[in-house]
Amino acid sequence: MNFHEYVNATGKVPAWPYEVNYGKENIVETDVLIVGGGVSGCRAAISAKQKGATVALMDRGFSKRSGSGGAGVDHWHGAVRNPCSKVTPEMYSEAAMDTSDGYTYGLARYIVGMEGWDTLLEAEQMGVQIRDEDDEFKGSIFRDDETKLLFAYDLENKHCLRIYGYNIKPCVANEARRIGVQIYDRTCVTSLLTEGGKQGARVIGATGINDRTGEFFIFKAKAVVISTGGVGRVGAFAPELTQSQAMADLNHSALGVSIGWLAGAELIRLEGFGRAGLSGMGYAPYSTGNDNNTYQGVNNVDKDGKKIHYAYADGRLITEEEDIFKPVEEDSFIIGHGIGLDNGYKQKYRITHTEPGLWDKVMAGELQQPFYTDMTTLSESSRRLIFGLMLAHEGKCRVPIYENLTAWGFDPAKDMLQYPVAVYEAPMLLGGSWPGAQSTPANWRGGGGGYLVDWRLMTSLPGLFASGDGPLPGSGCHGEAHTTGRYAGRQAAVFALKSEAVEPDAGQIAAIKAKVYAPVNTAGGDIGWKEFNYAVVRIMQDYNGEYRTLHTLDLGIRRMKDLIETEGERMYVNNPHELARAVEAMSAAELGVAYFEAAKARTGNVPRLGFKRTDLKEEDTSGSWNPIHLEGEKAVARFVPLRYYLQEPYAPTLEENYKRYAEV
Amino acid sequence: MNAYSMPSQSGPCKVLEFDKAKCVGCNSCVNVCPNDVMIPNPEKGKEPIVIYAEECWFCGGCVEECPKDALTLVAPAKQRLSTIWVRKETGKEYRVGMKNPLPPNTTPPSGNK
Repeated sequence: MNFHEYVNATGKVPAWPYEVNYGKENIVETDVLIVGGGVSGCRAAISAKQKGATVALMDRGFSKRSGSGGAGVDHWHGAVRNPCSKVTPEMYSEAAMDTSDGYTYGLARYIVGMEGWDTLLEAEQMGVQIRDEDDEFKGSIFRDDETKLLFAYDLENKHCLRIYGYNIKPCVANEARRIGVQIYDRTCVTSLLTEGGKQGARVIGATGINDRTGEFFIFKAKAVVISTGGVGRVGAFAPELTQSQAMADLNHSALGVSIGWLAGAELIRLEGFGRAGLSGMGYAPYSTGNDNNTYQGVNNVDKDGKKIHYAYADGRLITEEEDIFKPVEEDSFIIGHGIGLDNGYKQKYRITHTEPGLWDKVMAGELQQPFYTDMTTLSESSRRLIFGLMLAHEGKCRVPIYENLTAWGFDPAKDMLQYPVAVYEAPMLLGGSWPGAQSTPANWRGGGGGYLVDWRLMTSLPGLFASGDGPLPGSGCHGEAHTTGRYAGRQAAVFALKSEAVEPDAGQIAAIKAKVYAPVNTAGGDIGWKEFNYAVVRIMQDYNGEYRTLHTLDLGIRRMKDLIETEGERMYVNNPHELARAVEAMSAAELGVAYFEAAKARTGNVPRLGFKRTDLKEEDTSGSWNPIHLEGEKAVARFVPLRYYLQEPYAPTLEENYKRYAEV
Repeated sequence: MNAYSMPSQSGPCKVLEFDKAKCVGCNSCVNVCPNDVMIPNPEKGKEPIVIYAEECWFCGGCVEECPKDALTLVAPAKQRLSTIWVRKETGKEYRVGMKNPLPPNTTPPSGNK
């Protein structure tokens, strides 16, 4: 029933249905605390428990379906050690580093390469189907008949798998619960706890609030893993327009990174804030015709049935269906899409894509919009692989796409799915015309900022670990979130088991409670959490946008602090749900300051990060990250080489470091 | 229909269609939702109330969780109007949410779980 229907039927606004106890303290003691119960957090919890630690997991939503990976997955990247793969972990991570000019987490890519396949095999044990067990695709070029594995993107090298991942989240959440992880659902993290309450000290737990009751949770832990989403509400906020097309939900706020910023952890990759090609507005992902990602390999035509070809990355047109899944060079391989290499792929790693010059042909009238995806011409097997498997198992596809379209009669054997009529711009960098990647209008991204980590995936704060694509920027996508979670969980367990528990500082807890509950304890509030979040985004876009200079960045910091201290103190909430949303919105503002500080710290532009300041005339060719952290109110930056994880105190190769640190 | 003084809802107003004949008010959907967009109906046994429709991200978890098959996810109007297909044989257009729709395509998804 809709809210307005209820009001019309009863003449009443519904009362809050849960008993509210703002501030009531609940204390949980555990060896390892996992913050964020998505696929990465569940895997971290499972591996920490398997190492013998007691584990508590706090989930902002409900762990059975929460998180960006909660609604399924169809591609499993980085399974390079599957028995059919010709790609090695070294090749995989070197390619990721090469194609991004080093601006990616090479150490995480290597961990993924080494363990991604094992991580998937464990998921299979938990109940996820990863093979064509029913021989539905027997004989298909996309299948290995011995292992029954199915492949995507690159049939020469077979390192990326097609899987039946629709139910992967219930599987991993159930497994975590089954082996004794204590799960605290509906619990929104509010702060980290540090030894002595000091910024920059060892992390000894975290606090949270329940979004139904408003109760307060104090988690005392010997190690903490941040496995939250990323920073979704810092740069863009318009849930009324965007939630239906987002590949990350509203819980994907900024909190997981913001709490680390305030605790004094070093963050990286914040300076790439800016206009984005990804996350366009309006279309439900995968709901329209297109040629890319999960639709890779379909037939596309214009209004009059003129074929739109796929082409190799070098522009040569492809005429045979199976050649769409071949790399452009014999000695190369296609890395695959959607794994955080979003500033463009070098030619030799790129997927085959829409023929070059397509949009010029549209403008010249040679091709007429709308275009259509015509799967009727595919073989039954290929059509079924795309629509029956991929579009039924990819995130946010089973119900919103597969069930929705078929309920309304769509039949890929008979029907052609229309493309949006639009100008296709940014995705050409990636190759392809996935409408999920259109900008109509342009969206904004948060730069993908997150934690600087070592080979244990431990942050600069002792006892604080990070996993998943949000907290570990440039580490990958769905499967990689599982793999880094699994790795970070066992590292955190080992840390916890050799560490002493430390009692949290009472003053720190009192300060956190005063801040968190301010919206319910302060009379006269007149700003809702949404209005506040819109303002955060306005400041980010105005002062940290395309025309930023040192001066606008300083103004931005001033505006953000002003917002926090003025409107931020006037927020009101109607119930605990809105209180948690307000906490998230405040975290976006607080982390926003870090974005400005990171952009100030750079002395040259970094095109590969999408970082440009109009007052900087030179490019920064040093090849460095600029980790930034808080000391009191002051932001302190330093520079480290992009491959810092291959320099002292680490060994010079990925393999040696992995051997040294991975097996614990 | 009564008249009330009430703010206009922003964004999608209706994200879920409850089949009143099937819904038993078990609140499985309320409890699985990662964004808590629904609350239980004050009247026990009745369908939940969607209070934060604009926070729904259309994952469909509630639909899958429903033990009575009583729930349908409703895409926002702008998306119903942008998910359009042409039957190749006839050239006729169809869309999600249309009047006089095609009969459902009952082919199940691939996979055995």
